[in-house]
Amino acid sequence: MIYFYLISGVFLGWSLGANHAANVFGTAVASKMVRFKTAATICSLFVILGAVFGGSGTTATLGSLGAVNAMAGAFMVTLAAALSVYWMTKLKLPVSTSQAIIGSILGWNLFSGSVTNFHSLTRIVFSWGAAIVLTASFSAILYLLIRGVLKRSRIHLLTLDSYTRSGLIIVGAFGAYSLGANNIANVMGVFVPVTPFRDIVVAGMFTLTGVQQLFLLGGIAIAVGVFTYSHRVIQTVGNDLLKISPLAAFVVVLAESIVLFLFSSKGLEGWLLAHGLPTIPLVPISSSQAVIGGIIGIAIVRKGREIRFKVLGDIALGWLATPLLAGVITFFGLFVLQNVFNQQVYRKVVPPAIQRVIHRPPKPGNVSEPKAPDHKTAPDAKLSDKKNGRSDIK
Amino acid sequence: MSIIHFKKSKILVTQIDEFLDMVSRGSIIFRNGIREYLDGEIACFENTIIEISKLENRADELRHSIENQLYMNSLIPEIRGDVLGLLENMDTVINAEKKSLNQFSVEMPVIPVEYGKDYLALADVCMSSAEALVTAIRAFFHDFNMVKNYLHKVYFFEKEADKISDRLKRRIFNSGLDLSQKIHLRYFALHIEDISDHAEDVADRLGISTIKRSF
Repeated sequence: MIYFYLISGVFLGWSLGANHAANVFGTAVASKMVRFKTAATICSLFVILGAVFGGSGTTATLGSLGAVNAMAGAFMVTLAAALSVYWMTKLKLPVSTSQAIIGSILGWNLFSGSVTNFHSLTRIVFSWGAAIVLTASFSAILYLLIRGVLKRSRIHLLTLDSYTRSGLIIVGAFGAYSLGANNIANVMGVFVPVTPFRDIVVAGMFTLTGVQQLFLLGGIAIAVGVFTYSHRVIQTVGNDLLKISPLAAFVVVLAESIVLFLFSSKGLEGWLLAHGLPTIPLVPISSSQAVIGGIIGIAIVRKGREIRFKVLGDIALGWLATPLLAGVITFFGLFVLQNVFNQQVYRKVVPPAIQRVIHRPPKPGNVSEPKAPDHKTAPDAKLSDKKNGRSDIK
Repeated sequence: MSIIHFKKSKILVTQIDEFLDMVSRGSIIFRNGIREYLDGEIACFENTIIEISKLENRADELRHSIENQLYMNSLIPEIRGDVLGLLENMDTVINAEKKSLNQFSVEMPVIPVEYGKDYLALADVCMSSAEALVTAIRAFFHDFNMVKNYLHKVYFFEKEADKISDRLKRRIFNSGLDLSQKIHLRYFALHIEDISDHAEDVADRLGISTIKRSF
């Protein structure tokens, strides 16, 4: 049963692979610069690598927003996110898996009575906006740089075509790695606290942790999505929504990949910290919205000829609509799972500080029951909570 | 995959350059052919016709080869249609030159000496328009920001050709020649002028393709 619950994560992973491969290889495949099989193989391989080796950063951020602590709860949270994505896609509204999963977690928090970490929530929402602005900025800078180089270098059209082809494959691989690292938290992040996998040593060479196995499963699900369904999405997205030249696509995908990487790299975070620089929050962001940011960046440099402000309005609407929809589905789904199917969707948790107070033996001469301090105001509770996370009542 | 593409691209670059050389050489041969005919060097003129026929055949072969390779290897997918359209239209310039010289060879028009200079001047500006076009096409492949600098020359020479042709036809029809000869001479002015018109058509296409190519 415990493995059955992972199906919703696998489904969300499949959906992510099917929909988001277009953000990495869409124009390259639709314009026939890169063959679909080549793109799908590279995309799958690098998504898995990114998920397994770089996915822990964004997962920690999701965990700080709400640690779903029961398998059935994690199942419903992920299923609700997947259904929201499916529904929003049907309604042809710009949708983000990241926004759906945040809404689902908030729904779980509400249902389980868990406290929502508003600092994390603010950071995440701020990152969604920042990701679009950053991608637009990177895209504009890269566009100007490449345009300047092309003006000076006088590369033959056909030679440039070969360079662009190679460039699209390289940035596609980088984009797929970053997508796996950044978005695996959406797919498998909520299962991390309840992972059924144990660490295994592979051929006596390295250890694959339980979380990495979970991410590997998610990565494989994304890869299956890429191979089985993304071709159709690529044909639609590559030909209709993102009708840009392969060279412009190179710029957009590179900018998108850099931003996805910035928002998921623990190594970079460590380096920034070591040099006393402000860090970039490790937050799952929307690759689709990053792509739109990239296109806007180029459009701004071209004096705004192609900016469709309605798209920006739709994105802003999606920021509200997607989490709200996912949260509502989660709430009612958890209610059904708990009351109709009799499943444990959350476990009551008490902060460690309160536990200590509860288990403290009464002082001699004091016959009254110890009064539990207010968790919100007790400074040691806050500190301990932050340091250790929450634990179950034993 | 990319290494293969680089090799194929290199071969194609050479072929496209060779094709453009042919168009350029074709316009020079055409101009020489007209001069030889006007100077009465008919044997040389016939050799020139053979030369331009060979050139036209080779240009056709090259164009087909380029066309096949562009499609088979899915090269420059976003502007492949434009490039093929440009090359096909460039081919019509050589065809028009060959056809024009052939008309001279078949019909042997009697051109009075006083009009010889005008016919040669017309051939000169037509040659210049074709050469400006070749330079513009080369810029399209190498440095598309420069295309405009050459396109305006094509248009200038086309207008010049129109003026010379118009002036020539007026002089012919104001002369005391027979009407049949006047009409005959007018046709040959039109045949020559046709070359700059073809160059102008290609230039129009090139202008649009350049906008599409701009990054």
